[in-house]
Amino acid sequence: MSLSRHINADEVIEKSKEHPHRKHTAQEGRQTFHQSWSRDEDAARAPKYTIPEVGIPSKAAYQLLHDETALDGNPLLNLASFVHTWMPPEANQLIMENINKNQVDLDEYPAATIIHNRCISMLADLWKAPKDTKAIGTSTAGSSEAIMLGGLALKKKWQEARKAAGKDHYHPNIVFGSNAQVALEKFARYWDVEARLVPVNASTNYVMNPHDAIPFIDENTIGVMVILGSTYTGHFEDVQLMSDLLDDLEKRTGLDIPIHVDGASGAFVAPFAYPNYKWAFDVKRVHSINTSGHKFGLVYAGLGWILWKDESMLHKDLIFELHYLGSVEYSFTLNFSKPAAPIIAQMYNFLNLGFDGYRRIAIKDLRNARMLSRALEATYFKVLSNIHKPSKNQAVTDNDDSDDPELYERGLPVVSFKLSDKFIADYPHVQQAWIQSMLRTKGWIAPNYNAPEGEAETEMLRIVVRETLSEDLCERLIVDILEITEALMGTSMYSRSTFVDPSSPTHAAGVATATSLPHSSAFSRVPSHSAYARPDDVVGEGSALAIPSSLVAPIAFNPPYAPSESSSSSSVPNSPLLSFPQSLPVAALHQQTLPARVTHTLLLPFSFLFHMFTAFFFLTSLHLPFSFFSSPSRPSQSGSAVMLSKTLHQPDKDHGRPEKANFGDGDNEGGVSQSGFARQC
Amino acid sequence: MALSKHVNADHLLQQSRDKKSPSHFANLTQSGPHAPLSHSYGARYGTDPIPKYHIPSKGLDPQSAYQLIHDELTLDGAPLLNLASFVHTYMHPAGVKLMEENLTKNLIDTDEYPATQIIHNRCISILADLWHAPSTQNAIGTATTGSSEAIQLGGLAMKRIWQEKRKAAGKSIHEPGPNIIMGANAQVALEKMARYFDVECRLVPISVESNYRLDPKKAMEYVDENTIGVFVILGSTYTGHYEPVKEMSDLLDEYEAKTGHSVPIHVDGASGGFFAPFATPKLLWDFQIPRVVSINTSGHKFGLAYVGVGWVIWRDKQHLPKDLIFELHYLGSVEYSFSLNFSRPAAPIIAQYFNLISLGFEGYRTIALNDLKNARLLSRALENSKYYTVLSDIHRLDSERSLGASVKATINENDVESYVAGLPVVSFRFSDDLQQKYPEIQQKWIQTLLRSRGWIVPNYELAPNLEKVEILRVVVRENMSELLIERLVNDLIEITEDLIKRDSPMHALDALGTAQSKKHHERAHGQIDEGHVSSSSGTYAKTC
Repeated sequence: MSLSRHINADEVIEKSKEHPHRKHTAQEGRQTFHQSWSRDEDAARAPKYTIPEVGIPSKAAYQLLHDETALDGNPLLNLASFVHTWMPPEANQLIMENINKNQVDLDEYPAATIIHNRCISMLADLWKAPKDTKAIGTSTAGSSEAIMLGGLALKKKWQEARKAAGKDHYHPNIVFGSNAQVALEKFARYWDVEARLVPVNASTNYVMNPHDAIPFIDENTIGVMVILGSTYTGHFEDVQLMSDLLDDLEKRTGLDIPIHVDGASGAFVAPFAYPNYKWAFDVKRVHSINTSGHKFGLVYAGLGWILWKDESMLHKDLIFELHYLGSVEYSFTLNFSKPAAPIIAQMYNFLNLGFDGYRRIAIKDLRNARMLSRALEATYFKVLSNIHKPSKNQAVTDNDDSDDPELYERGLPVVSFKLSDKFIADYPHVQQAWIQSMLRTKGWIAPNYNAPEGEAETEMLRIVVRETLSEDLCERLIVDILEITEALMGTSMYSRSTFVDPSSPTHAAGVATATSLPHSSAFSRVPSHSAYARPDDVVGEGSALAIPSSLVAPIAFNPPYAPSESSSSSSVPNSPLLSFPQSLPVAALHQQTLPARVTHTLLLPFSFLFHMFTAFFFLTSLHLPFSFFSSPSRPSQSGSAVMLSKTLHQPDKDHGRPEKANFGDGDNEGGVSQSGFARQC
Repeated sequence: MALSKHVNADHLLQQSRDKKSPSHFANLTQSGPHAPLSHSYGARYGTDPIPKYHIPSKGLDPQSAYQLIHDELTLDGAPLLNLASFVHTYMHPAGVKLMEENLTKNLIDTDEYPATQIIHNRCISILADLWHAPSTQNAIGTATTGSSEAIQLGGLAMKRIWQEKRKAAGKSIHEPGPNIIMGANAQVALEKMARYFDVECRLVPISVESNYRLDPKKAMEYVDENTIGVFVILGSTYTGHYEPVKEMSDLLDEYEAKTGHSVPIHVDGASGGFFAPFATPKLLWDFQIPRVVSINTSGHKFGLAYVGVGWVIWRDKQHLPKDLIFELHYLGSVEYSFSLNFSRPAAPIIAQYFNLISLGFEGYRTIALNDLKNARLLSRALENSKYYTVLSDIHRLDSERSLGASVKATINENDVESYVAGLPVVSFRFSDDLQQKYPEIQQKWIQTLLRSRGWIVPNYELAPNLEKVEILRVVVRENMSELLIERLVNDLIEITEDLIKRDSPMHALDALGTAQSKKHHERAHGQIDEGHVSSSSGTYAKTC
């Protein structure tokens, strides 16, 4: 029997310890140690939940924490988050030099303040603030704070207008799509503003359709928050259309509704990737825009920005005047003391990259995202994000530069995908959430979540293609996803049908999309890979990506859970797992010498077994039922916790965590729970 | 003639530059986009102006960009000599290294960084234990970016509980609206909370008798059924005095017995929360008092971490209304969040935990006692000089306690318990004697003159009602060693005596002190116009 879930690991550990008779000798030992690892003795005695009576040496404390934080994931492989995780060494140096500076201490650190103000100016310019207005803004800890400040300014403006008109000013509401990040709802809840969620669904591309928003607006609406870059699928909401519709509304009803653009991710992508796109202060109704410096601003966590088009949009009451030695500064923030280092790092990026550098990174991100999208769409998945779809507006063929993002639909470099309908029909037992957990065992973090309200039964996997996800890593990721998916197919209790049917319309269409684009970079960029490099050769052949079986045969794929089928080579040539890597430099198996190929062939099943075993062991250690893999039914999963049990008792993790049942009373308990990865950063 | 105030420096520079040649080859040091970028100062911005107010179209190589910003930042002051701020500026190199290693981590991403999350939770437990929460298992709290966020969360929770209560009683939550009570010496964050969350801010005036801080008896005059709570400040930023939490609580107990309205207390321990438990463990101010529902503190003040970490803890979950808590689903686990910021750096939290375990109770206590000892030294030196009157009290013997101590016949000068409890802050002003003799000497000159020697010691007015009194304030932090105190006292005395000599050229600074350019060209850029802001509450309670 596996471990019962009621076992308390802390108790087990306590019982397993040797009798602590050495307590006092250890105490003495501490005075004299010189070499490094005697420290472990001290570290072992550090109480976890109270402050130690006597501290341990700095080195020991360092080592203890250094080792413990090694359990954290690798930021590079975190595809779940928009938050940037890499900066050049020079930037790191600059950050460490300034790590003890406090941004709010204007008088002591005047240079940091000047740099801050220059960042604001640069952003105002980037976001096309009209020359005749006085743009004003501030740095924040992140987009959450920025959104709250933006919302608060809208609320105050509305309140004052209502007070002046002698009307009730206690029941404001705000309108945004249900795909909004949690910060928007937080603003509404904390500031007693009714949140009116505009439902989204597949037909609106999982973002707010401005037409749908209009019915939610009334005289108590303080504003509309338009999201530039939905966290679900990366789609941009149409700021210009929203503004036009609100103009129309004003004509009909006299309501003057402002727009706040949540450009947490998009405001650092759109200006560079789509310089001519109208979404910023050049749209009339846009009052304020926020963004995260730590997302596509390419700075480490801890920096956001908000700008207002004109200082008249900020009510007096919200601004505090600060007197510093000989000068007066103004502040509108929720935080006071905060590190100056991220702001300095932002300026470093502005100078180091320039417009050109940011643009190159944006283009590269989008190109990699397109490659990933096409590869997924050509196989077992349906891609919900749109950046790989050719733009409807422009003639694709005329332009030589296939990298130009304007040739495709606009969006963030985000790939959201789910298992294709065909796959689900063929392999009903495979749960999409498993892919997330299996990817984790290979080091990748790619979350599987429910789509926003209105379409909540749809689950999607999401990958954010950041600067650090190079083409090379992107290719590894594709291989891993396909490997995992096929391994899961192999877990079927039913006979395995040939999934990839060349004549199948979906598949053919997918391949055609992937290859018929004149400059399908994913494939054409690898000229050494003969047949697959030249789209011309491929288009029109049903099974475009399949490779000659002579090359494939030696590396026949052995699904560990279906040994009886391991030698059935008939199904192999059409398997995307085998065909796909062939077009990728990292998996250039057919260039290997025969012995190498044989070795590979021999090892592949084992390495696979190892992965599966690891995963399996991992799962069972988490007290999941053993029937897991053989379960033929597809149980309905409402939440995201599929592979990992929610009831899991992890004493260390649970300690200090609240229990929901004990929270103080509130009036809308039901509405609190929010799933979905819009909740992510 | 001296430069007129009205010269626009930007304009001046523009006129003084070489005329741009139309040829692109004229500027030899200008590196084209593909030119080899070899040495920092030879790069484009060595001789060209960097575009200050828009993003440059082409970037700059990393080394040059680094050097450019690095050099500009040398104009910032030295954090060590900043005696104006409570914010800590030194960490052990091991702690710094740990921060550097974890620079890229995002605290909110609990699934990706589970170890960091566990460390965060342990910090909460440690603080709850330190502040005597009835059960560390039931206490609940969160890290914040600083005390401002923490205070706003504390206030918001109290507001929501009041709202629920009113709603349950069928009363209006709008007319009259909620109010909150605090001393006029409150830091700007407290007023911010009131203004941003539409809570009426009732400031209790301070006086010399109330030791420049909240007078609980006076505060009671402001309490009514719509009071969501009282902010009690542990460690006034003006003079370092602790506000009497216990007395306030007792008075509110009486009030509740009389009227049935239970008014909770939030303790703003921005500085004191990490100081009082170590320096004066017997002082009653924390969760031992049942009326204290929440406490906040700044990890980056006497928590000895670098800027960017604050904490707020509620005594138990009942005081944190459910609908303020957002449930976050991460891969396989559920986390709860109550914060105004979302993504935030994990490094400061790791630094905090590093301090907690590497210093331990003993380490924090040693530092606290050292700080107080040095502060007493400074206070006595200033008082003995006769030029200054010291407003803070930590160097004075506590009359109540010394009575008890007199039974023991002697008072131990080294025993911190013999003195009035407070933060290691020294607030002082010119003595009445000096003011009478030399009415023309302005106290704010001292600030400017100290600055020229490297020290930052601010000169500010006290809070409303006492705003005519100007004080100088020195925060004695860990890195303010006895040696530095000696240097500071020397410099102060020297400067003061120099001013007393009437023929001193330093009188020329008269102009300097008053006319520090408001229209400083670059600082003015990006600043909002005067008059577009709410009225000044200008004091250094506003500093961190």
